[in-house]
Amino acid sequence: MNTLSESSATAFDLIVGGDAGLLHTVALSFAVSGTACFCAAWLGLLAGAWLAVARFRGKRFVLLGLDTSLALPSVVAGLAVYLLLSRSGPLGSWGLLFTPTAMVIVQTLLALPIIMALARQVVADALRDGGDQLRSMGARPLLCALLMLLHERWAVVTLLLIAFGRAIAEVGAVMIVGGNINGFTRVMTTAIALETSKGDLPLALALGFVLLAVVALLNVVIAFVPRSHELQTAQLQ
Amino acid sequence: MTMPAPLTLLALRDASVSFGRVQALRDATLSVHAGDVIAVVGANGSGKTTLLRLLHGVVAYSGRREVSGAAGVQAMVFQRPFLLRLSVWNNLRIALWLAHRRMPKAERRERALQALGRVGLAALRDRPARSLSGGEQQRLALARGWAIRPDILFLDEPTANLDPSAKKEVESLLAGFAAEGMTLVMSTHNLGQAKRLATRVVYMDGGRLDTDLPTGEFFNAGARGRAELFLKGELSWSLDG
Repeated sequence: MNTLSESSATAFDLIVGGDAGLLHTVALSFAVSGTACFCAAWLGLLAGAWLAVARFRGKRFVLLGLDTSLALPSVVAGLAVYLLLSRSGPLGSWGLLFTPTAMVIVQTLLALPIIMALARQVVADALRDGGDQLRSMGARPLLCALLMLLHERWAVVTLLLIAFGRAIAEVGAVMIVGGNINGFTRVMTTAIALETSKGDLPLALALGFVLLAVVALLNVVIAFVPRSHELQTAQLQ
Repeated sequence: MTMPAPLTLLALRDASVSFGRVQALRDATLSVHAGDVIAVVGANGSGKTTLLRLLHGVVAYSGRREVSGAAGVQAMVFQRPFLLRLSVWNNLRIALWLAHRRMPKAERRERALQALGRVGLAALRDRPARSLSGGEQQRLALARGWAIRPDILFLDEPTANLDPSAKKEVESLLAGFAAEGMTLVMSTHNLGQAKRLATRVVYMDGGRLDTDLPTGEFFNAGARGRAELFLKGELSWSLDG
């Protein structure tokens, strides 16, 4: 079982046969990353919209920090959450370390800057175009920003998919705070890393195929959603 | 017998607007009375749009801007109307919700229906607003303005970039609004339109409010100085436009 073709064939069998271990790992990956993105979306869209219209001293530094956090190394985020949740950390009493909740927290932290920064940019651009009109109709700044999120909902869908893509493909942080416990905190990326190191290439490959398929599907959706909307509008004109 | 003084809805006293180092409007003094239809004319960059934005209160200024309680509801139709990427109907509903949040939903719905009928877009209510033609988008913007029943409706070159037939439609809607007694303040390059619609003409020059006269007087030798030159240069080709 050490050739690529044999491993691929076995991986294919695992996928087609609906291997229980594989399905559980895939399901947990979706649950953790989906929940993280849901939480990050609420926080990030609201905070990003607010940042687009807020005026306060030091805003430039906040934006600089936000842009910097886009490149936050996932292992650093993992380490920070580990220190917070470890038994001797400030939140150690919550007993969350090495649980899916800890993985959700760290993935939320990774997705949040992406959603926040991109939402701020989307709203700021839209406000340059139509902010005066909305203000003239009586909308206060934050309401203008929220209406712009509705106006640019296709861009919002795209940025949420980007954030989900980053979350589900991330390995370092969930490994640190989740511990890669079989059947409990093992997700696709950590399983791939472990099975590869053990030499169990079929399972690693099967998970790799699923992960690739997920990322490819996200890219297709990202490419298709705005175009289908534009086409719909163009056909009506 | 003396006529009662017209109700002043809005007044500027020595109001100025600057964008960075550029002073777009200098020491403007102007009163808008109920029932006025004011055409603001002038060359490109003379400050027409800035004056409208200042009157409407969407730009920072120095000086005084006094708004009467009778001018609490205002609306503005921009040169390039901004429409949300929603249906025609939802654009109207949101405008009404923003302007009259305490109004019962059924009444807002009724007003939206009336507005669509008024501008002839009832059949297009479910279409994406951004898929409408330029003239239809401008009519939707007018419907949005009219639906909230503003005390003053500001219009920034409402017929610019429209083809002649769309221009005519929009102008006829504006004439209807004016006939209902709505106070209108519009900037325009079209002197013919100013002559047909306005009761007063304000001429802007280099960020200054140069002339403010009743329409008849403005077009019949009342304009002096740069306003007169502007008229001589423009009238020959634009009165019928």
